Amino acid sequence: MAQKAIREADGKAMMARLLMDYTDGKHKIQNRFISVGPQTDLKKLPNKYKWLQKEKLVVKPDQLIKRRGKSKLLLLNTDWKEAEKWINEQMNKQITVGTVTGVLDHFIIAPFVEHDEKDEYYVAITSEREGDTILFHHEGGINVGDVDAKAIKLFVPIGEVPTAQEIEKKLLGKVPKERKALIAEFIEGLFTYYADLNYTYLEINPFVVDGKAVIPLDLAAKLDDTADFVSANKWGSIDFPAPFGRTMTKEEAYIEELDSKTGASLKLTVLNPEGRVWTMVAGGGASVIYADTITDLGFMEEMANYGEYSGDPNEEFTYLYARTIIDLMTRKKNPKGTFLLIGGGIANFTDVANTFRGIIRALREYKKKLRENKVKIYVRRGGPNYKEGLNQMRALGGELGVPIEVYGPETHMTKIVSMALKGDK
Amino acid sequence: MAKKATTKTKTANKKSYELFNRDTQAFIYNMQVNATQRMLDFDYASGRETPSVAAIINPTGSESLQKFFYGPKEILIPVYKSIERAAGKHKNVDVLISFASFRSAAKSAEEAFEIPRIRTIVLIAEGVPERQMRLINAKAKKLGKVIIGPATVGGVKAGAFKIGNTGGTIENIIESKLHRPGSVGFVSKSGGLSNEAYNIISRNTDGLYEGIAIGGDRYPGSTLLDHLLRYEEDPNVKMLVCLGEVGGEDEYAIVDALNAKKITKPLVMWVTGTCSKAFKTEVQFGHAGAKADAEAETADAKNAALKKAGAIVPNSFDDYAEKINETFTTLVKKKVITPAPETEAPKIPLDFNKALSAGVIRKPASFISTIADDRGEELMYGKMTISDVFKKDIGVGGVLSTLWFRKLLPAYATKFIDMVIMVTADHGPAVSGAHNTIVAARAGKDLISSLVSGLLCIGPRFGGALDGAAQQFSDAYDQGLAPQEFVNSMKKKGVNIQGIGHRIKSIHNPDMRVTIIKNYVKKNFKTTALLDYALEVEKITTSKKDNLILNVDGVIGICFVDLLRSELTKEEADEYIRMGALNGLFVLGRSIGFMGHYLDQKRLKQGLYRHPWDDIAYLME
Repeated sequence: MAQKAIREADGKAMMARLLMDYTDGKHKIQNRFISVGPQTDLKKLPNKYKWLQKEKLVVKPDQLIKRRGKSKLLLLNTDWKEAEKWINEQMNKQITVGTVTGVLDHFIIAPFVEHDEKDEYYVAITSEREGDTILFHHEGGINVGDVDAKAIKLFVPIGEVPTAQEIEKKLLGKVPKERKALIAEFIEGLFTYYADLNYTYLEINPFVVDGKAVIPLDLAAKLDDTADFVSANKWGSIDFPAPFGRTMTKEEAYIEELDSKTGASLKLTVLNPEGRVWTMVAGGGASVIYADTITDLGFMEEMANYGEYSGDPNEEFTYLYARTIIDLMTRKKNPKGTFLLIGGGIANFTDVANTFRGIIRALREYKKKLRENKVKIYVRRGGPNYKEGLNQMRALGGELGVPIEVYGPETHMTKIVSMALKGDK
Repeated sequence: MAKKATTKTKTANKKSYELFNRDTQAFIYNMQVNATQRMLDFDYASGRETPSVAAIINPTGSESLQKFFYGPKEILIPVYKSIERAAGKHKNVDVLISFASFRSAAKSAEEAFEIPRIRTIVLIAEGVPERQMRLINAKAKKLGKVIIGPATVGGVKAGAFKIGNTGGTIENIIESKLHRPGSVGFVSKSGGLSNEAYNIISRNTDGLYEGIAIGGDRYPGSTLLDHLLRYEEDPNVKMLVCLGEVGGEDEYAIVDALNAKKITKPLVMWVTGTCSKAFKTEVQFGHAGAKADAEAETADAKNAALKKAGAIVPNSFDDYAEKINETFTTLVKKKVITPAPETEAPKIPLDFNKALSAGVIRKPASFISTIADDRGEELMYGKMTISDVFKKDIGVGGVLSTLWFRKLLPAYATKFIDMVIMVTADHGPAVSGAHNTIVAARAGKDLISSLVSGLLCIGPRFGGALDGAAQQFSDAYDQGLAPQEFVNSMKKKGVNIQGIGHRIKSIHNPDMRVTIIKNYVKKNFKTTALLDYALEVEKITTSKKDNLILNVDGVIGICFVDLLRSELTKEEADEYIRMGALNGLFVLGRSIGFMGHYLDQKRLKQGLYRHPWDDIAYLME
């Protein structure tokens, strides 16, 4: 439901398939980009792609990792034998890039393009409210540096299209004369391609000019996935990979699966399974605020999860969602006790009593473990039928022998956070 | 007429900062019955003289009038096919509230652009492509239109005008005092949180004056700043409250406006998403725009910048309410605000459904059903979900036993039901029912009429022997009549024994259908008491005439009694027979054949059948 990054291999394959149509057939990019995933049978590739064993190759991880060159995640000017060996070594390997640790499982293989550094150019297109900006620099490549400061920019108001002449005049001042027309046409086509296919970001760094051909060497792109209903046919089969390092736990995957089965929304991210502050908050906006407040009060390290349920999930789904969280939070005892914040704003139309029934069922099921783990529960909620829902929660405290404090709209939404955590630091 | 004229002038007199007032009327795009009713409830609670909805645009339906409640009484609201048609009839409307889906939201806005008088366009849909929205926004700017949304619940001007579902239930609207104006101008991205904000405002100030949720998308039609600037201009707004969000740079436009003194009224503001630093990889929160791509887009950076520019920024959302309260109290002390008086909202009658679910009222149901339920997540046949019906592969016989006898009979029994349906499915084109179906089909009638004309033949002489046989044999058996006594008594009464006799088949030339069923029943049934009895009777009747055999109707009817009596209580079993369940089996089975004959005739393009004169003896005297 927003701007989503795509894999380099998908982005390049799309260009190879379609850029021609946006440049009057002038810029044909050969589709020689192979995407390798965990299921790919490497042995079968040379048969399918004859050029693999004839040409020099480049292999890179294709998982939205920035600055791969600098992290030594590149295999350049190699042959198929080496490439295969390297991929086999790297596949499923855990690596750390910056602060993020993740597992390598997608690669792109492309022909190695022999070229001079002075043939490398930088181009990017970005989008803002009022229009799109084309950024260009005649010295592209990994050392391009701070493009925001360095690149020449051409702002194109939304709905307008720049001409090749305009591009040449405004952006290509430092490009050798004999290449100006070629690059201008390429960028002109690239812009309409970008706009028509609902891209929201596209960076090619570098592309090289080889005779009459423009070859993209490295590409990063984002699409507006809400435009799926307009552009899906042209996009072809692409996926929107999760950011590098975001591998889902079993419970997160389970909630994602539940989420896909209902029109309502169920989300869960486990931040720290040993954290002492767990939340079960209704509403996308409210859930962020609860997480904020925990952070603002200095309990960032203790925040165990982020998540939300909204859109009036039925009792059964709410129960399954609550059970997953309660199970996670009662796996390991913490001598200082654990907090569960069942929070939410004033619902528009979600039936509070109904969703609470599901949560109560899960709490009952874990009665023993909740007691053993010294869990303290705080509830705050408003909306349709909230009085009944809150009364049920109040009654539950006595029944379970677990301290449950219950508040309604008269209490500030996040007050339960400070109530729970005050004096705890 | 006079009234209309005044409304018109009032609209024309709206100030540039004023999008809505107590006379504003809107078009609702797409048939949104609930949202419309909620707007009308708000209108009534606010004491508006005219409803805020002038008409509904239903592009896929036909033009009509739709009934709604206005307080306790009912009113009619016209429905048109296009905005243009509606605008031609309602000259005072300057707001369009579009519930068009993400696919057609942009198109609905384009359509509204064609009507010069429409000034404010609200787009509710979530998931409108960014480029489409940017184009719409650029065009709106050129034409001087105001867009609220997309991906929003809308907004509310307290006591004057409410967009769609804003504010939740009517109870909440009145609890949050949205039915009368206060002094606070509020704007947020989130629609979900706006309700909470109205609650906070109602508890800490004299109430909301106007609140807008601009929507969570990256490129909303109007920005936080746009609305803050309107509130700045509006003399009725005394203080500003705003809720921003991580991602995007809109909040910096507010910082600039504060620095440039374009905003001078006190502004209490908080940017949510300070928790994003707790996440290691980038996180997309609930809203499309809520993602920080750069340090400046983080909530911490924005809160700091706002504070520096003079906004009243709490330390956390936790003391947001306190800051709002302090600011309000100061303004009252300074006599900038004279707190708005409390007014009682007229009572809106409770909706029947709501009252029912709240347990406030009750009413005896006019109908009862104990066999199927379509209300839950899944269709239920008896106690079985439709997915279990297939998982357990209970077959047509299983479904039938569940729906007819409220019990899933064991496999031998459901298989028997399947057999009965198969065996009775057809008996050729010459039997009276099939003939009737064929004649009707050839007269050009449709499937249902042709089928029914065949079914209407089923009765005592055609197919009805199932019932009759079951009844006669079980009566005799239950009375303890010996087979010979039974045959004698029937003879004495001059009544044919139902289920006995066949036109062609005889003891020497048995009917295969009967043989198949008999064998199955003998092998699988728990009891065959009545079948055994009937076979004794058959021995007697065939000794008189060899075609007086137990026929297919008889064997089915009789075996079914054995079946029901071994699976249900005798009373239940007898009642089902009395109610005609057996006839039902025949009707069900034979419908397959009748429809086959109907399709056969249609496929063969058979013309109208007319019976030949020579086959009718005209005996007029």
